[in-house]
Amino acid sequence: MTPPTATGIETTAKKHETIDKVVIRFAGDSGDGMQVTGTHFTNTSAVLGNDLATFPDFPAEIRAPAGSLPGVSGFQIQFSSMDIHTPGDRPDVLIAFNPAALKVNLKDMPPNSVVIVNTDSFGEVDLKKANCATNPLDDGTLDKFQAYKIPITELTMKALESIKFQEKDRPKKERNKNFFALGILYWLYNRPMETTMNAIDREFSKKKDPEAPLLVQAAQMALKAGVIYAESTELFRSQYTVAPAKYEKGTYRNISGNVALAMGLVTASKLAGLQLFYGSYPITPASDILHELAMHKNFGVKTFQAEDEIAAVAAAIGASFGGSLGVTGTSGPGVALKSEAINLAVMTELPLVIVDIQRGGPSTGLPTKTEQADLLQAMFGRNSESPVGILAPATPAECFDIAIQAVRFATKYMCPVFILSDGYLANGAEPWKIPDPASLPKIDVKFRTDPQGWAPYLRNEVTLSRDWAIPGTPNMEHRLGGIEKSHIYGSVNYDPENHEFMCRVRAAKVARMAQDIPDVTVHGPEDANTLVIGWGSTYGATRAAVEDCQRRGLKVARAHLRHLNPFPANLGKVLSRYKKILVPEMNLGQLLFLLRAKFLCDARGINKVQGKPFRVSELIEVIEKECK
Amino acid sequence: MVAPTQPQTPAAAPKYTKADFQSDQEIRWCPGCGDYAILNAAQQVFAQLGFPKHKMVMISGIGCSSRFPYYVNTYGFHTIHGRAPAVATGLKLANPELQVWVATGDGDALSIGGNHLIHALRRNVDIKILLFNNRIYGLTKGQYSPTSELGKKVKSAPYGSIDQPINPITLALASEATFVARSVDIYPKHLMEILRKAADHKGSAFIEILQNCNIFNDLAFDHFVDREARNRYNVSLEHGKPLIFGDKRELGIRLNGLNPEVVKLGENGITEKDLIIHDEHNPTLAAILSRLNPPATADDMEKAQAKNPGSILPLPIGIFRNDRLPTLEERTDGQIADQKKAKGEGDIRKLLFAGDMWDVK
Repeated sequence: MTPPTATGIETTAKKHETIDKVVIRFAGDSGDGMQVTGTHFTNTSAVLGNDLATFPDFPAEIRAPAGSLPGVSGFQIQFSSMDIHTPGDRPDVLIAFNPAALKVNLKDMPPNSVVIVNTDSFGEVDLKKANCATNPLDDGTLDKFQAYKIPITELTMKALESIKFQEKDRPKKERNKNFFALGILYWLYNRPMETTMNAIDREFSKKKDPEAPLLVQAAQMALKAGVIYAESTELFRSQYTVAPAKYEKGTYRNISGNVALAMGLVTASKLAGLQLFYGSYPITPASDILHELAMHKNFGVKTFQAEDEIAAVAAAIGASFGGSLGVTGTSGPGVALKSEAINLAVMTELPLVIVDIQRGGPSTGLPTKTEQADLLQAMFGRNSESPVGILAPATPAECFDIAIQAVRFATKYMCPVFILSDGYLANGAEPWKIPDPASLPKIDVKFRTDPQGWAPYLRNEVTLSRDWAIPGTPNMEHRLGGIEKSHIYGSVNYDPENHEFMCRVRAAKVARMAQDIPDVTVHGPEDANTLVIGWGSTYGATRAAVEDCQRRGLKVARAHLRHLNPFPANLGKVLSRYKKILVPEMNLGQLLFLLRAKFLCDARGINKVQGKPFRVSELIEVIEKECK
Repeated sequence: MVAPTQPQTPAAAPKYTKADFQSDQEIRWCPGCGDYAILNAAQQVFAQLGFPKHKMVMISGIGCSSRFPYYVNTYGFHTIHGRAPAVATGLKLANPELQVWVATGDGDALSIGGNHLIHALRRNVDIKILLFNNRIYGLTKGQYSPTSELGKKVKSAPYGSIDQPINPITLALASEATFVARSVDIYPKHLMEILRKAADHKGSAFIEILQNCNIFNDLAFDHFVDREARNRYNVSLEHGKPLIFGDKRELGIRLNGLNPEVVKLGENGITEKDLIIHDEHNPTLAAILSRLNPPATADDMEKAQAKNPGSILPLPIGIFRNDRLPTLEERTDGQIADQKKAKGEGDIRKLLFAGDMWDVK
């Protein structure tokens, strides 16, 4: 199929090439709007039908010192006509808005790749802020790249000459330089402007600025000017087309992990017929879930921005006690604060979903960077014997399904269930085939209302869970609490045998979740002797790496865990089939620890804790070595 | 699924006796503890309220007082240290029809749970918080608490406590609590009256109950609450009435600038008109009254009596503030109703099929 050309502009490029995939990185100051620019490119590519994956990478400071190295914000996207699983190892194109952005990102660029720079921000002061002794534009730094030195700011200003803002004319115009740059890329990759034009209309006209209509006009003009500039100056040797990927039939949208997770929670609450209660305290990178849910009050969603992490989980437990679906969301440091309350839910056997969007740690760590190092915290980070369910989505879109599963497990087994997402999944985006809500199975939740033959800790024989009997139900008044209770009757009880019995029952109950967990599937040749097994967001890189090795005939298979506690029932058997087991993780070996402890297998870790996801090439290198 | 359908509210409120609110659990407070009197008063009031007991919930944190829910035959939740107001907030938001009481102590509410207390109060969640204030840690065997007086000698402060105590009433008022009151464990009639009014109040209610710990801090309040002392050293706050007290009701409280002072009626031409008239709808006045305190200990009392007995301030008991303001639940449900009106009842299909979409055929 011929992709639509940029709106209203005739293509006169001499050369026109079709390519499979492209990786672009936008880099600039954290105030330059790199995330917005990247998102526009993403949405346009999604609507065009490309498969894609994104990696936003930004500093913890909202406005780090302007122009400084720590203040650089980046957004990487890979878009393709094929099935892809990662945002790409190394960019084909870097667009750098200042010297700091160039300096920080150039080391990731392969020789002869495209580097576009905004020459207007390479003044003496800019260079000094980025600790550049010489100007990289003319000191030979860019020699081994296809460098395009474009005065983006001045071109933007010229393009907007006909517009006059009453207030702050120059800064308001300058801000559109990213749209001008976006226009250049839209021409280069033959993307239509329509999606972005509409989005500008939608978003900018909402701004409180009295000159909002003019803001819309300026942004749209800048975008168009960028396209025209690339077209008319014959800036590039060639224009490229990336055809739509082959997708299953259906309706698609682009979705980030946090939005998918929030939607999954709302959907789960409807499937269960429960009111959703979300208690949370603002924390990066989980806050977007609170923002998303706060918008959905017409679903009866109750969001509670608590005074602290502890109150957020405590209120969620109170809501669960009252018959709502209690959910709390946070990141690793918040989980640490919630631990005691999570144990209250373990003890009182109330459903609770804990969303942990993992980030670099320990302590405050790297707030905006990704990591998978809370697995052992979720597993063991509480006093005494404290079994909980643990699930982990593999991709941004999968956050939707995992949220629903977590609700299903928490309500069926009456216990806390963790969702371990991470910064990479939370902010990364991918195309999502929107499911038909009617096709989603109901979550069967029944409150106990019949006092006949009931006792607070009487258990279901299959799930070992107790009944959910909520305040407001006549003749079932009872008392729960964190203090140990007697089997069946739930009275305060310090009897040694009863305590051990209850500890074992709570553990057995969580173990029984395995009866609802699908077997882990292995992808790879029958005669593979090496298994690469991961969990969470390493899925994309692991899959891409193993598939690459398999294409070259290496005897390697892969598997991915979405259920970390309990594990799928067949996991032990699967592991026992392989001579070598490799476990890639963005930590120092946490799944590795669990697998070795539980299955006494000689698994080996591939570990990275740099606040960045694995590159496919990094994994290939290790797998190749290990397979020899 | 929604909460189970309740039988239609019967025309007549359910008739209960105190026994209906007694659970089958063995009470494990020390013999002679002030908690018994509070439990007894609460059970009697609950019986009188005629509120369906299956819609009542007792929530507590950790400490002696926090065993309270086990002994009341309603729904109950003995949670974790300091977090009862947060759990109660979630419960009340989940189901605003419930009547939720929180039982807590000076350590639980003012130390480990201080943050949750102030935020529950400022949000005006419709919960009734009973603060059992005995000025000591009981369950951990006698350490000083946030309300212990300076210089108190206990195991964790053998040379005397060096921490300035907190004033629970001032704190509650500063936290924008809409109902703030004080009573004493050994004033059953007064206590029951306050509990009834707290039950009637819509919004956050905070009741400080001075409670005697006969094991670790015995007779801590005796110098102003025992039968001989209470007329002289208590002043009852009654809305619209002047602050009068004394054995023969011969004393009053007058404002001298910003400072309340004890005056004798009839002396120097002072009449009731010169006294503070209590107004439970005036939080500024409530804040001033919250600063009225008799000497903290019996020793301090003796010293004050030796110096200038006439000027010793009494302890206000009764309701400091009582205002009806929108509750957190009302505001939450109001926003939900508004959004449903504006956007229609939430539809999952519309939620998922939104934003920039494309079809693959």
